[in-house]
Amino acid sequence: MKYSVDERGYYGNYGGAYIPEMLYPNVEELRQKYLEIIYEPAFQEELQGLLRDYVGRPTPLYWAKRLSEKFNAKIYLKREDLAHTGAHKINNTVGQILLAKRLGKTRIIAETGAGQHGVATATVCALAGLECVVYMGKIDTERQKPNVARMQLLGATVVPVTSGSQTLKDATNEAIRDWISNPEDTHYIIGSVVGPHPYPDMVARFQSVISEEVKQQLLEKEGRANPDYVVACVGGGSNAAGAFYHFLDEPEVKLVAVEAAGHGVDTGFSAATSVLGTLGIIHGSKTLLMQTDDGQIVEPHSISAGLDYPGIGPMHAHLWETGRAKFYSITDNEAMEGVVMLSRLEGIIPAIESAHALAALHRMELKPTDVVVLNLSGRGDKDLATIINYLDNIEKPHGEQTN
Amino acid sequence: MENRLTKLFREKRENLLNVYFTAGFPELESTGVVLKTLEAAGADIVEIGMPYSDPLADGPTIQQSNTVALRNGMSIKKLFSQIEAVRPELEVPIVLMGYLNPVLQFGIERFCEEAARVGVDGFILPDMPLHEYEEEYQPLFLKYNLSVIFLVTPQTSEDRIRKIDALTNSFIYLVSSASTTGNKVGGDAKQVQYFQRIQDLNLKNPKLIGFGISDRSSFQLACKYAEGAIIGSAFIKIIQQPENLEENIRGFIREVKAPEAVSA
Ligand SMILES: Cc1ncc(COP(=O)(O)O)c(C=O)c1O
Repeated sequence: MKYSVDERGYYGNYGGAYIPEMLYPNVEELRQKYLEIIYEPAFQEELQGLLRDYVGRPTPLYWAKRLSEKFNAKIYLKREDLAHTGAHKINNTVGQILLAKRLGKTRIIAETGAGQHGVATATVCALAGLECVVYMGKIDTERQKPNVARMQLLGATVVPVTSGSQTLKDATNEAIRDWISNPEDTHYIIGSVVGPHPYPDMVARFQSVISEEVKQQLLEKEGRANPDYVVACVGGGSNAAGAFYHFLDEPEVKLVAVEAAGHGVDTGFSAATSVLGTLGIIHGSKTLLMQTDDGQIVEPHSISAGLDYPGIGPMHAHLWETGRAKFYSITDNEAMEGVVMLSRLEGIIPAIESAHALAALHRMELKPTDVVVLNLSGRGDKDLATIINYLDNIEKPHGEQTN
Repeated sequence: MENRLTKLFREKRENLLNVYFTAGFPELESTGVVLKTLEAAGADIVEIGMPYSDPLADGPTIQQSNTVALRNGMSIKKLFSQIEAVRPELEVPIVLMGYLNPVLQFGIERFCEEAARVGVDGFILPDMPLHEYEEEYQPLFLKYNLSVIFLVTPQTSEDRIRKIDALTNSFIYLVSSASTTGNKVGGDAKQVQYFQRIQDLNLKNPKLIGFGISDRSSFQLACKYAEGAIIGSAFIKIIQQPENLEENIRGFIREVKAPEAVSA
């Protein structure tokens, strides 16, 4: 696979492990062991069992008829919103918790933006009986309150992070600092295809169950395993990595990655890394990154906490550079219209993150014969406060949109 | 090759005091004043932090100083001009510490060239991978006569420590415990065992113990097991107030080095 990671941990020019010595032994241990552990038959048996009976996989591939009519193409939704805890994030945390146990770790840390990864981590920690600490930007603890309550109910400690932008980037910094201070008993469950090698590849492998299922399901429904398009939103890029994974080397499948434009790519309030980013290092990985000319990381903006990140995973930077994936950026307003659209057309309230992918359908030039698989990465329950606030504001004249 | 660092270690291999401060802190133009005062007060090495928006290995005190320095308008370019302005008056070895991203954006060759030109002697780039240094940057650092300093932690394997010892020609930065900067050195049995273990390796390079060295007693403890120590966060706290900057620095260094001064 020419789009997969090479033996040095790079996707083309992107990837690697740019970490201080304090993290080296842990990351190196992971690098040496992850493939061996993951593909051990006993591990796979336990993982597959949990994915089936606990997570509820396979998630349905749903032919969205009214949505299809609207866009005049055949659109399937991959229903990650129906997975346990309401998003794709659990695919990765179930895998990593089993890995952490095999590494003999007793304490789990995680960062979270939207709170979905935090909830998914707190969930598997409860399942495994391990201590769980989740770092979350203070702003995100406010805009994703229900998820804070869920994590606490699940027994996790949620630490509000007040440094920097007080969102996902700084939550990740703080989780890394925790790992530096607790190298022996702690495993860090990163929530996306970011971080030092082997994290991007490991998380992509755990998420690849999405495209593995899509292939089978599409074959049953359409008599062909490959759609014309696979569409997914990209924050760090884990749901997109999972949705793309088994199609990377199928050139007839067009891959569509959708980023958050925030208020607009030229406004200074954006998270559209493929447009605004340049080569740099963030969280231990060389990738596209929003930064100043001096190499200081820029604070991003998106209405969706899960896409509010100034980088993208190195795999996606490579897909962007090679043109293998086409990138769109969708504004806060377009995404919110996407939320309302899917709610009204299909009776499904999507996460605001996933609604970015939905809004991109307007930009794509679809033909009636096109088969589109859109990865519905999560459900919108966690976003109700933001959604209600948005709807209230647009109903008022001159209403300014707020977070 | 010889620079001020290697010369220092030829002449002195005990009780070495290396003081870290963040460039452009507490005020943009503090850099030169702090440098001069540190040399006059008796610091053996000065380590200047290049502020970064996301200093992963640093605790709250140094993070905060980075934020303030960036807000003050600090940049690598500015730092080079500040060093250039005071270098003729100074002898003390200068080491730049910072994260790799701003250096890459500046351009690694240009960074080495400018550093050498203004009189910098070495770099600490904690997130620069060892193999990348070996494969890509080493010839450049050698060309410009710049030393490279790597970190060693309680978890670093002996093989890796030996490799680091072979790759560097100045000193090894011995991280006192598993922690970000700013935590206290307790000197508990486990820590002493670690210092002892490293001492017994008989490395060719001197070792300076850093992270959590904050005062005379922790400095003395470190000097028992290594050739010297690095003070960072504790010094940042001393220079937080722009008022009486020089006096505060002199007082702090005098106190840390007190026993030496008494015996001299
Ligand atoms: C529902 C949902 N979709 C997407 C994302 C973005 O993450 P990624 O790009 O890793 O899939 C998040 C992150 O929190 C999320 O909760």
